[in-house]
Amino acid sequence: MGFFKGLRRGHTTDTVFAGVALLFGLFIVLIMGGIIYQLWLQSSVARQEFGWGVLTSSEYNPGAEEYGALSFIYGTLVTAALAILIAGPIGVGIAAYLVEIAPERVNRVLGFIVELLAAVPSIVYGLWGFFALAPFLRDYVVPPLQGVLGWTPLFSGTFFGATVFTASIVLAIMILPTVAAVSRDVLRAVPRDQREGMLALGATRWETFQRAVLPYAMNGVLGAVILGLGRAAGETMAVTFIIGNKPELFTSLFAQGATLASQIAGQFPEAGGVTLSFLILLGLILFVITILINICARLVVRLVSRVPKGGVRA
Amino acid sequence: MTMKRTEETMREEGRSGDREHRPNTRTTEVAGRSSGGVKSAEPVVTVENLSMYYGSFKALQDVNMRIDRNSVTALIGPSGCGKSTFIRSINRMHEIVPKARVEGKVILDGEDVYAPDVDPVRVRRKVGMVFQKPNPFPTMSIYDNVLAGIKLGGKRKKGELDEVVERTLRQAALWDEVKDKLKQGGTSLSGGQQQRLCIARTLAIEPEVILMDEPASALDPVSTQKIEDAMEDLKERYTVVIVTHNMQQAARISDYTGFFFIENMGDPGRLWEFDETSKMFSNPNRKETEDYVTGRFG
Amino acid sequence: MSSIHGNPSGYGRRKLMDRVMTTLAYLCAAAAIIPLTWIIVYVVIKGLGAWDAEFFTGLPQLFGDGGGVRNGIVGTLVIVGLATLMGVPIGVMAGIYLAEYGNNRFGTVVRFLADTMTGIPSIVVGIFAFGLIVVNTGGFSAFAGSVALALLMIPVITRTTEEIIRLVPDSIREASLGLGVSRWKTILRVVVPTALSGIVTGVLLAVARVAGETAPLILTILGTNFPISANIFDGPSTTLSLQIYQLGAQPSPEVVEVAWGAAMLLVLIVLGTSILARVIFRGQSVRGR
Repeated sequence: MGFFKGLRRGHTTDTVFAGVALLFGLFIVLIMGGIIYQLWLQSSVARQEFGWGVLTSSEYNPGAEEYGALSFIYGTLVTAALAILIAGPIGVGIAAYLVEIAPERVNRVLGFIVELLAAVPSIVYGLWGFFALAPFLRDYVVPPLQGVLGWTPLFSGTFFGATVFTASIVLAIMILPTVAAVSRDVLRAVPRDQREGMLALGATRWETFQRAVLPYAMNGVLGAVILGLGRAAGETMAVTFIIGNKPELFTSLFAQGATLASQIAGQFPEAGGVTLSFLILLGLILFVITILINICARLVVRLVSRVPKGGVRA
Repeated sequence: MTMKRTEETMREEGRSGDREHRPNTRTTEVAGRSSGGVKSAEPVVTVENLSMYYGSFKALQDVNMRIDRNSVTALIGPSGCGKSTFIRSINRMHEIVPKARVEGKVILDGEDVYAPDVDPVRVRRKVGMVFQKPNPFPTMSIYDNVLAGIKLGGKRKKGELDEVVERTLRQAALWDEVKDKLKQGGTSLSGGQQQRLCIARTLAIEPEVILMDEPASALDPVSTQKIEDAMEDLKERYTVVIVTHNMQQAARISDYTGFFFIENMGDPGRLWEFDETSKMFSNPNRKETEDYVTGRFG
Repeated sequence: MSSIHGNPSGYGRRKLMDRVMTTLAYLCAAAAIIPLTWIIVYVVIKGLGAWDAEFFTGLPQLFGDGGGVRNGIVGTLVIVGLATLMGVPIGVMAGIYLAEYGNNRFGTVVRFLADTMTGIPSIVVGIFAFGLIVVNTGGFSAFAGSVALALLMIPVITRTTEEIIRLVPDSIREASLGLGVSRWKTILRVVVPTALSGIVTGVLLAVARVAGETAPLILTILGTNFPISANIFDGPSTTLSLQIYQLGAQPSPEVVEVAWGAAMLLVLIVLGTSILARVIFRGQSVRGR
């Protein structure tokens, strides 16, 4: 096999060292395998008890032995989608500003700020979202929003601080760095001759971005957005603190909800037996969802390198 | 000292209506030569005392040049002495490089390109550019590539657009090769075809001046030949300024030739000599020019 | 002959569009600054009041004045420290493997898995550590928590180490190999030291990331309001992050204030480490590049 090729040549110590290095590479594979194995093993009780029906049932009431995962899956997907709806355009906008407009100095400072935004611990976002953002939304954002859109089911009902709406906004802020950083790298990789080509035709900066840069980088930007989506789906602590943890197929964004991750984190300390196994089954579902989203994103980003470079055909 | 004299020479020539001026030439008694293939004496671009900086580095110093309408001007010289930098200053394309700045004047049809109220976007509409490396837009079809510039100006009738595509592709000597696959991607073409597509794209916006930055440097001889053929026809309608490393090419296609040179390492590039092509290649005024065109260095 | 001055028909609208979109881009940039500033200012305002002697020396009190977070500070140091001890060697070695021996199919698999692992929610990694250690050893422990954190660090360290080592020019390797130095010595004595500042930066960023982690710790160390267990292999432990979660959800404002104090300390540690990582990298960069 290929990976032994490098091991054959040279001194014995070289072979030993290469072997050791290989073991550590193997370790990564083992961890991945271990994660899948444990999720499968620890959720076996719940899987045998509930079967596939757990995915389609939204009834969750451990006291009455009702275990449905649908409301958690729903909560996860809806909050993640809302978050990316907000963070996607803004993140790409930040990237566009950094690559197309910002002078060198501002670029470095703002890039650093975006990095710091990513470094703030999830739980601190939760605390801030609950005590600072939620009251702010309640007083200044929700009343005008309901004034205009209150008639739609999406924005109906009374706004209690901890809601799907608040959680989605906090999630959006949390995934903003991911979207912005990946899109920035993608936009930066667009060859300068593409911009020059459009500018030389008498295009404005916006037209150059819209007609030459963005189409060229589209796959990568899409990948950045999907990566952000995956991050939002797996985010735990902030959501646990803010979303209200009420397993429900909500229609209003001002309702409370629960996600797969928030349910695991919130209920774990009190759980045992079937309930514990069910929580780990939720973890398995979350794992599958985020892995699919991530693989999807990486495949899309990889496509970028296949875009013809606009130069002489090889 | 030399500088001052050049300015005076230029003004004098401007008055006398002489077609060419001679910056930095040591001998001044060259007036009254035959006009060769030159058809018009009207300047479309006049460059006055142009210097260019990247940050504190001076890349180009005191360039003076007059570019006549419907002429082909070739710019030659060793690598790195400011030829590309110079043509970019004509349509302000250098401005996308941070910290690049220009001193002096570029007069286009009597208007200063660097006047404070001039929008570079408008300048580039009148002064098109073809780059060294073909850069068609990979996400657009051949058809849309040609129209990329026109479509910026808003909606046009389909028939009108079809007409533009055919006309410009013909002018760029590409029509026969692509007329059956206009909907294919612009990058499906060969390098030489891509470059001609880029020329067609530039022609479509109907500029007055077309700047070409070594357009054939990366191409095979056949493609180069086709581009040169196209250039011959382009002269009828446009004014062309072309940077080239190929001395034969410069001699074949141009009416005027400018030689850029750096005397000592670290100096800014200068327009060493500028004259009619026939004169530049047969009897240049300066030794460095002669050395260069005869292939003794560079 | 059209003039380059003024606005011909249609151009005004294009120019306006350009202005509008440029303004929007500026607003997006501002949108990144506002939440960060808001969070930091808010955390400092709320947290500063909690910082007194008792905050650093006492234990959490769910009634009364809220007490302090001594156990959380100690727990954070112990658990993050253990995680670093386990995660750094594994992550760096795996990175060396990928950079120096990983140009083959197995390397591609490892790289892909490492990338995918960075996208796995931390709570799922917590479940793994729970199943592997808590279930098998029969109880929550600091060790289980640090294993979870180490697992979160490893893929991050692996990928940054690989990328940094790949930046080391081949000429440096060849110079050493040409002198007859064996490959492994070349890697450990020449390549790794050349890339060291970059590797340290990657490690610090990974440490900063896991120091703020909470979710996997709920499943592995559980949390406690008492002094943490002296035996890292047995008995519940706690960290600042976990305390923010548990104390912040209490009804008493005094207890919540302690949570804010812990948040301020944690933000200080995490952002401080991130900034330090940046400074190290900028100060030295990859030599020879």
